[in-house]
Amino acid sequence: MIKRTINFFKNRNIEIASLIGLIVIWQLVADYVVQRTLFLPSFTEVISALVRIIETGVLFTDIQTSLLHFGIGIGSALIVGIPIGVIMGWFTLGNRIFDPIVEILRPIPPLAWIPFALIWLGLTHTAAGFVVFVGAVFPIVINTYTGFKSTSRIYVEAAKVLGCVRDRDLISKVAFPSSMPSITAGIRIGMGVGWMCLVAAELFGVSRFGLGYKIWFHYSLHQMDFVLTYMLILGIIGLLIDKGFRFVVDTYLLKWRKGVVV
Amino acid sequence: MGTLEIKLSKSFEKDKSKTTVALEDVELTVKDGDFLCIIGPSGCGKTTLLRLVAGLDEPTSGNIALDGKRIMGPDSRKGMVFQEYSLFPWRTVIRNVSFGLEMQGKEKEESNEIARRYLKLVGLEQFETSYPHELSGGMRQRVAIARALANNPEILLMDEPFGSLDAQTRNALQIELLDIWKKEHLTILFVTHSVDEAVFLADKIAVMSRRPGKIKEVVEVELERPRDRTSPEANRIRTNILKKLEKERKGD
Repeated sequence: MIKRTINFFKNRNIEIASLIGLIVIWQLVADYVVQRTLFLPSFTEVISALVRIIETGVLFTDIQTSLLHFGIGIGSALIVGIPIGVIMGWFTLGNRIFDPIVEILRPIPPLAWIPFALIWLGLTHTAAGFVVFVGAVFPIVINTYTGFKSTSRIYVEAAKVLGCVRDRDLISKVAFPSSMPSITAGIRIGMGVGWMCLVAAELFGVSRFGLGYKIWFHYSLHQMDFVLTYMLILGIIGLLIDKGFRFVVDTYLLKWRKGVVV
Repeated sequence: MGTLEIKLSKSFEKDKSKTTVALEDVELTVKDGDFLCIIGPSGCGKTTLLRLVAGLDEPTSGNIALDGKRIMGPDSRKGMVFQEYSLFPWRTVIRNVSFGLEMQGKEKEESNEIARRYLKLVGLEQFETSYPHELSGGMRQRVAIARALANNPEILLMDEPFGSLDAQTRNALQIELLDIWKKEHLTILFVTHSVDEAVFLADKIAVMSRRPGKIKEVVEVELERPRDRTSPEANRIRTNILKKLEKERKGD
């Protein structure tokens, strides 16, 4: 374990030096050039802000709340997006039905849905989740569709001569697994977009907690050290979600592609 | 059992005004236990014919009967090995072989047992947990054969299955296929463009004409098995078939 940790630092020495360099420059610029917390809080001020919100425990409530919004959004995007992508990709009629709808709705920026989210769902967690949903659902639909469309004919025919002839079986046993790389890529993109929509979704006070909400809350108090702290936390959690998802995908869903050069 | 009777025509409609006749009045009988090779100039519709037998396409007129029952679509009575690598890359070797059994609704234990038997038949029992991309081309085609056989089909259709393999692997697989054919009492319909391959493998060689494809002639190969690729008799048959093909290519 220790050896692995040492090795990690050895292999990543340049990356780590780069980050430390950034922090040092940031601290120096904040202390000696800008000299105003309002414009640029220093690294140490951010750290003490971080300690404050950890001590009071408020950070954890914020993270929980944001993950709740994110979870509602991504969960419903998966439940809605994947089946629509499957129908569009597998059935020509399905494509003709859904394609115009998707193509008209897709270019609308997710944030433009906020007024309706609030009218329909009120100041609730679901309203914030809805905005995340709108951001996440289209990449999932499009990638599922593309994955299904590019299912190799040879696999479908091989399955058919092995007695797998019903659409239901062909979808679940052939098209779905063969589209998995594309679908998971779509989910990753969707989660990225959804995470970005989160800040805006929480802006309108659907809850008194949440990482995005806190950015605006502290901004209104001109506590820019807290604003920057929450910004960094948003970045780090977004990164962790993506890494975690990639790990799950590579270990379980796409194990069969290990070693394949794409 | 596996007697196949073919009597059909097939044309493709490119657009409303233009139809291409791919197969015209093709008549062919494959008897139970036969090893029949179809050979012909490229574009003559060999693969089309095989796809029709597999049920992947429908004849424009006429029909195909397997043991007296008309072929209406793909099902597990016909096993097929494709020229391209057709193993499911997301499934391990054994799960590829047991795919058809799974579709029949067999229990996992039972299908694994059957799958193992066929993997052993093609000599790959130690690779059951590998994924296809970890196998060489020849091994993949062996697994594909095992997968087709695990379904216990009445006829095995092979569409240039060794076409993309190197010459040595190809020879080795031909010998293995003959072993399996004998051991399992299979009926095999084999499409190839290689005269060498046809003469080495088949009881009967159906020579097709160029488009629109017809069966020109069925040549009986009465060579003793195991065959010697370089024997004078084999050479004589090869020359004979090559001549017929050359005539077809030029158009008599």
